[in-house]
Amino acid sequence: MSNKPMIDRYKWYEVVGIYAGIALFLFFVLAPFIEGFMVSLKPLSALFSSPYSFWPKNGSLTAYFTMWESVPGFWRYIANSMFISSVATIVVLILVVPAAYAFARFPFPGRGALLGAFLAVNMFSGAVLLIPLFRLMRSLGLLNTYFAMIVPGVAFLIPTAIWLLRTYMMRIPRELDEAAWVDGASRLYTLRRVILPIAMPGIIVVAITTFIGAYAQQFIFALTFNSKTEFMPLPIGLFAYFGRQEVVWNELMAASFVGITPVLILIVFLQRYLVAGLTAGAVKQ
Amino acid sequence: MTGSRNASLFAFALLAPALLYIIGIVAYPLVDTVNLSFTNAALRPTYDWVGGANYEKIFRANFEQVIIRTFVWTFFSVLFKMVIGTLGAVMLNAAVPGRALFRILTMPPWIVPMAIGIFMWGWMYNGQFGMISGLLQNFGLVDGPVAWLAYGDTAFWATIVTDVWIGVPLVTIYLLAAMQSIPRDLYEAAWTDGAGRLYRFRRITLPMIIPALVTMSMLSLIATFNSFDIIWILTRGGPSGSTTTMIIDTYRVAIGSYKYGEGAARAVMICIFLSLFCLAYFRVVGKINTGEKA
Repeated sequence: MSNKPMIDRYKWYEVVGIYAGIALFLFFVLAPFIEGFMVSLKPLSALFSSPYSFWPKNGSLTAYFTMWESVPGFWRYIANSMFISSVATIVVLILVVPAAYAFARFPFPGRGALLGAFLAVNMFSGAVLLIPLFRLMRSLGLLNTYFAMIVPGVAFLIPTAIWLLRTYMMRIPRELDEAAWVDGASRLYTLRRVILPIAMPGIIVVAITTFIGAYAQQFIFALTFNSKTEFMPLPIGLFAYFGRQEVVWNELMAASFVGITPVLILIVFLQRYLVAGLTAGAVKQ
Repeated sequence: MTGSRNASLFAFALLAPALLYIIGIVAYPLVDTVNLSFTNAALRPTYDWVGGANYEKIFRANFEQVIIRTFVWTFFSVLFKMVIGTLGAVMLNAAVPGRALFRILTMPPWIVPMAIGIFMWGWMYNGQFGMISGLLQNFGLVDGPVAWLAYGDTAFWATIVTDVWIGVPLVTIYLLAAMQSIPRDLYEAAWTDGAGRLYRFRRITLPMIIPALVTMSMLSLIATFNSFDIIWILTRGGPSGSTTTMIIDTYRVAIGSYKYGEGAARAVMICIFLSLFCLAYFRVVGKINTGEKA
């Protein structure tokens, strides 16, 4: 405490107040996860008993073993989720890297309006466009395939990705392009050999945020455009299980935890990039 | 290399793939929605133009109630997100040990697949065995079990709480970033002049984050208005329509009952409201930006 600047010193009651506030705030944010974890440890008989007890009595990890049989294809759901998110991320990057470069560098006519049009896509959720998208997927013969979930999903990931990457690329000094240009490099060569390597950290941030967005948002398209169990992503696979008459809650929670572990690990390692990605376009440079 | 026609052509070539994609998957469906809203399209392959009949029909079906409900739901959800998010950001911005960890702990609801977080809320709202009813009973705050999702009123607020829960991390982290980008000199100067913590918050922090607050409120408004997963998983719009927002209503009519035409008319109504929000957003943001530059 003592080597802190004076301005950052708090009186003891201020510190207590701040920690109490943060505790309350984090309780709200984390309560469902804590409760979900407790539930996953409780045997079913303890789960369906009153009075309510927060701590699991006779807690065990049984649900984490039995769920593999109760949720058949659980691995498949996780693999599907990963696959859908990965393909979506790759497609987004292929579309967005050149577009972001165009927006960041070239003062072509209608640039502002076009950027606005891209961002306006964020305004619509998939739900609004569901009917024509359903007809479109049907006429393309994509219903009940992975593409029924990937193709519409990508469209809604593009705007944010363009915005983030454009902001990043605008920070790359223009002199680099110009030097390459003077040396006789073509524009495409400049993009590939000069800009791409420098923009790589930004591209990685965009890839991560896109992947997480794709992983987090798998619901409505998968719910509506796919009915084949073998293609279902995790949220829908669990939702089908959730919708059954007798929900085996401890196993559902155990399955949920196993399913979200990859993203939770990602947060710990990549939160710096996530915050950078989120705030790049947002807070004024 | 600036300004040449060649450069513009190159830029358009770079943009073309993304642009075509959006035209195919968003713009064309949007036009198609408007088009379908004037037809009696359904499961059968052919359909006819019916003029404004769908719009007449939805307003005869008390659609204005759904609109009002959607606005009330959205208003309270956004309000709570902004208030809790601002408070959270202020606390996480305090220079106390552990704040890096606290920031990470704020993120899960935002990062984890939405549906999975909602399953957990589904259990918490369970009347017989869920945490909320259980803890309230243990503390003697309610007499018997409360099945939060079984009654119209409580289901309405329960879905709002879950929506707030999902939205709060983004608001918090966004506002926190805005607060951290405020130059420290401002605070130090005020502090040297003897300004207290509360005064510094009111006179420096708050005015400096207003643009971020406005941006976030508008983005949050649009996202909340579009909120689907939470209500669909928790209540599917029930009990007896008490959580049926415009999106849920559209989904039930269009996908649940295969009435594409009527569903499309509802979707068009949603788009009209969203466009109004967007216009308002650009006006407000434009004002703030020009105000700042001046």
